[in-house]
Order: sequence, then structure tokens, then C-alpha cells
Amino acid sequence: MTPLHYDDALILGILKAVRTIAMVGASPNWVRPSNFAMKYLQGKGYRIIPVNPGETGKKILGETAYARLSDIPGQIDMVDVFRSSAAAGAIADEAIEAAKEKGIKVVWMQLGVRDDAAAERLEAAGLTVVMNRCPKIEYGRLFGELGWSGVNTGIISSKRRKLRVG
Amino acid sequence: MGKKPNKTEKEGAAATRAKYGIETLSIHAGARPEPVTGARNTPIYQTTSYVFEDAEHAADLFNLQTFGFIYSRLTNPTVAVLEERVAALEGGRAAVCAASGHAAQFLAFFTLLEPGDEFLSSINLYGGSITQFGISFKRLGWNCHFVDPSDPENFRRALTPKCKAIFIEVLANPGGIVLDLEAITAIAHEAGIPLIVDNTMATPYLCRPMDWGADLIVHSTTKFLSGHGTSMGGALVESGKFDWARDGKFPTMTEPDPAYHGLTFYETFGDFGFTMKARTVALRDFGPAMSPTNAFYTLTGIETLPLRMDRHVENAMKVAEFLDAHPFVSWVSYAGLKSSPYHQLARKYLPRGAGSVFTFGLEGGYDAGIKLVEGVNLFSHLANVGDTRSLILHPASTTHRQLSDEQRAAAGAGPDVIRLSIGLETADDLLHDLDQGLALAAK
Repeated sequence: MTPLHYDDALILGILKAVRTIAMVGASPNWVRPSNFAMKYLQGKGYRIIPVNPGETGKKILGETAYARLSDIPGQIDMVDVFRSSAAAGAIADEAIEAAKEKGIKVVWMQLGVRDDAAAERLEAAGLTVVMNRCPKIEYGRLFGELGWSGVNTGIISSKRRKLRVG
Repeated sequence: MGKKPNKTEKEGAAATRAKYGIETLSIHAGARPEPVTGARNTPIYQTTSYVFEDAEHAADLFNLQTFGFIYSRLTNPTVAVLEERVAALEGGRAAVCAASGHAAQFLAFFTLLEPGDEFLSSINLYGGSITQFGISFKRLGWNCHFVDPSDPENFRRALTPKCKAIFIEVLANPGGIVLDLEAITAIAHEAGIPLIVDNTMATPYLCRPMDWGADLIVHSTTKFLSGHGTSMGGALVESGKFDWARDGKFPTMTEPDPAYHGLTFYETFGDFGFTMKARTVALRDFGPAMSPTNAFYTLTGIETLPLRMDRHVENAMKVAEFLDAHPFVSWVSYAGLKSSPYHQLARKYLPRGAGSVFTFGLEGGYDAGIKLVEGVNLFSHLANVGDTRSLILHPASTTHRQLSDEQRAAAGAGPDVIRLSIGLETADDLLHDLDQGLALAAK
């Protein structure tokens, strides 16, 4: 498989534009990676709506879980696929079907999740696709927190970061 | 929840290039102006601990659910800049620093091995590493098999089912030996295990082992990276490319960790999972943290790494050629010399120069060695390498003293061997000092 490359500008644009994210595969178990990512992104101001048929109607980190994307009331800016690559295609098709009604603009597949055929269908439907990346890690990388853990962010800049107020 | 994104999120990544040169990375990687005051140089954050925003923030930090600082045994803002810089210079995904190179090696092996596991190591190592691997690690149930690296196939022949890594110094201490990185990487990867390279002697300016497939790199930053003989330190760098889940050989990475409530490091942190585990388990529980002040001195040193290394190798070449022609010298082991059996490997893996640490043999053996180290006036007789100052050592009576005669011979540290670390002084002054020292040794 050819390696995937996404410009920092594209990832940054998505993370700035998106406010509501449907997280397919969100787990109520707090040591699972999906739960980590959900909690972190909530802390950064995103609303995360869990999609998990086994948890339908129950709360995960304060948000009600739904069985399917189409069950979510209101708008969704992005779908974050926290499932295996094998499951990604069906979720992508569900996202294409619900895209217009729900306002879905981005489908993001997690670290280790990749389905090139699904990506082609999503792009053909006018959706932006990111695969094999974690929005939590990318957020941390682009906004300076990941370097605190010794990770090579690839960012070189002589600019002063603006301070958080309050 | 639902709160507005804060102001820090406005700029993020300004226009960056996909790839910067090593001189630029040496100065800028990991470092940005300090946000409160605008201080351009990285401050020394001389603090043990950090105030939590609230109780939930504290819990998130302890659970590793968010990024941030708790306690300087795990992370410190000055040390973090150094970690990112070393990772960037090596072309790696992430790094964790430690109090010394030995501590960095401990972090690597504690993260890889279970008691009863084995690994292979080249026999051409710093004497302290031979003792660490061969004796002290054994007490933890980690068994090292030493291998003559002159034929890479020797590693394949020595592999056992319990082997979890191959360890080498690509430019080996005490000197002059270059290993066939590409061939040894291939043997490690065929066995499904990572290649760990100690890149202290070469530095990422002279050799980038990850470009040849190395999975983990360890450094004694005490040497050329810090560069001025001021600061102890070590670093462990992860490429991010090794598949820890491939065949179940690395349960420490792929099984739920009881030290973190059942967290699975590889699944949770992906291509920097090894570094996270080395930091949050090995560094947390054993404590060999780098001090922020040492990180600061090391960062300052790294800014001039490319300039210094060019001069180190230029001076080393002059000294090696001088010794090669000297009547009291029986042999010179410097891979920069065309006569070296390692010259072709050096040209391949170290195109900018074969480093500045090498050995040579004295006609008069052990006693002549003692006379020489005591007879020089500019070279300092001490147990370090990679200083601005030129250094001289008689390994048989110092760093390799704890080894047996056979081990010393195998490690290239026999009784007639002198090790030099060529510094940045005027080359002619170094030649003059050695010349008068050799005359004394020959008496």
C-alpha cells in the first residue's frame, strides 16, 4: 500500500472547521483508545456523539449513544471511524447515505484503519477523507501538546504561540 | 463541552516545509519561543512539578488521557524540547531522554524484555555496555549473546526463539569499526525483531541509522550531541515503523498493562507507543530522569553539531594520517583511512566522515601505553569521548579493565591499544603533542 500523506493545512482546516463528531465504535470502557480520544476531544471543545449498537440509549462520557449514524438527531460535521478496516466500508456507505441530511463533510478513519475503495466512494460523494490518523494525536501535534511527550511533530516555527486566556 | 475553541488554536502550524536540512533541525526542531514572555531560547524549567487546572485535569493526566506535565521524573518542558530535537535529527517518531546513555539503554530493554528473554549484541561495544549487558542485565533475567559483527551472518546464526532484539554500535567504540547496518537490519527484520543502534559515536549528522531501517536508537548525549563535556544525558528514539503486534513477540506492547489499569500501549499510542511505555512505565518506576539543566546545555550543544562534527572529522583524519606514518605506531584503526578494512562501509554509512574516535597500537605494548597517556600535555587523560577537547585513553587499564583478556581482545581493547577522541583544537598542535608523547613512550 502506498503511504498516506495529508498536508498539515488540510488536517488543521478540518480540526478548525468541525464542531460535532460522530464517533463510531466509541467504548464506555475508560481504558479503551476510543474513550481516551473522546474524552480528550471533548476537553478541546468538540461535541462527540457515540455510535455503538451495544450501548444504544446509554450514556458514554455524558453523551447518549446511538445505534446508527441516521439515528443521531441534528447535524454531524464529521464521522470518526473507531472500528476495524474491515468494518470501515459499511460505515463509509452509511455516511454517504446520511451525508446530505446530517451535513456530514468529513469521514476520518482512525490510526490503523484504512479502506482505499471506501475512500474513493466517499470522495466521489464529495466528502473529505482522512485515513490511518487519530484526531486526538493530530490535534496534539498541530497545537503543540504532543511535543510535550517527546513526539516529533515536524513543526518548525519562530512564531510565538498565542496564550490561552483565563 | 461545547465551549469555544481557545485562542491557542488560531495559529497551529504556520507554513512549514515538509523537510528541513539537518542544520536547521539542529537549531529549531522542538523549540518555539516561550509563550508567556517570548523568550527565544528554551528556558530551563527548573521545577519538579506542575499545577493541575482542576481535579479532572489531574485525573486525565495520570490516566494518560491528555498530554501535559505532572512531575519532572516523567516529563519536563526543557527536556521535552531536547527529546523532540533528537527525534527530528534521527528521522524518528518520538524520543525519551534519560540521565545517561546507560539509563537510555535500560529504558529500551525494560520496555522490550520479560525475564528469561534474550537479545544479541555486537561484541564491539563501549566497555560499560558489555558489562551492563553481560553481567548486570543477567541479574534481571535478560540474557545477552555477544556476536562478532564482522560477518553479519553471525547474527543470524546466533538467533534463538527467545531473542527479542539485536543491538549494535554502527560506528563502534573503542574505535575504527563500522558495521554493515543494512545487512544486520535485514536479519533482525526477517526474525521479526527490532534493530537497536547506539549512534553515539556517529551522531545523526554523520549517520542516520533509521534511513537504513533501524527501529530504535540510543544515545549517550553526554558525547558529541552535548559536545562540550559538560552534561550527562541519554536518549532513546523510536522510528515508529516497527510492527509490535506482528507475531505476539512483544506482549509488553500489545497486552493490557497492569501498571496502567490495563492500558494497551501499542493500540492506544500507535507509532509512538514504545516511547510512551518507556517513559510512563520504565522512567516512571525506575526514575533515571534527565535534569532540565543538562537538557538545556545539551540543546545549546546540538545547535552547533553540524559545524563541530565537520571539524571533528577533519582533525581526526589529519591525526590518523600522522599516526599511520609514525615509526612508533604499529597500526591505526580509523575507518576514514583508505587502508582500513572498514573504509568501504564508512563511505556507505558515514559519507561525511568516520567520526573522531579511533584507536591505534603502540610498538611498546601496555607499558608504552601508560607512558603515552601520562606524557601528553594537550590531550586529556580521561574516560570520555566527544568533547571539544582532545582526549586520550588506554582502554586496557581503564574502561575495559573489568573484562577478561579474551573479552578485551575481542572488543578491540588489547594491551597495546590507545583510544583517541579528537577535539576541535588546531590540528598541528595535536600532532605536535602526540609526537612528543610518542617519543617519551618509546624510551
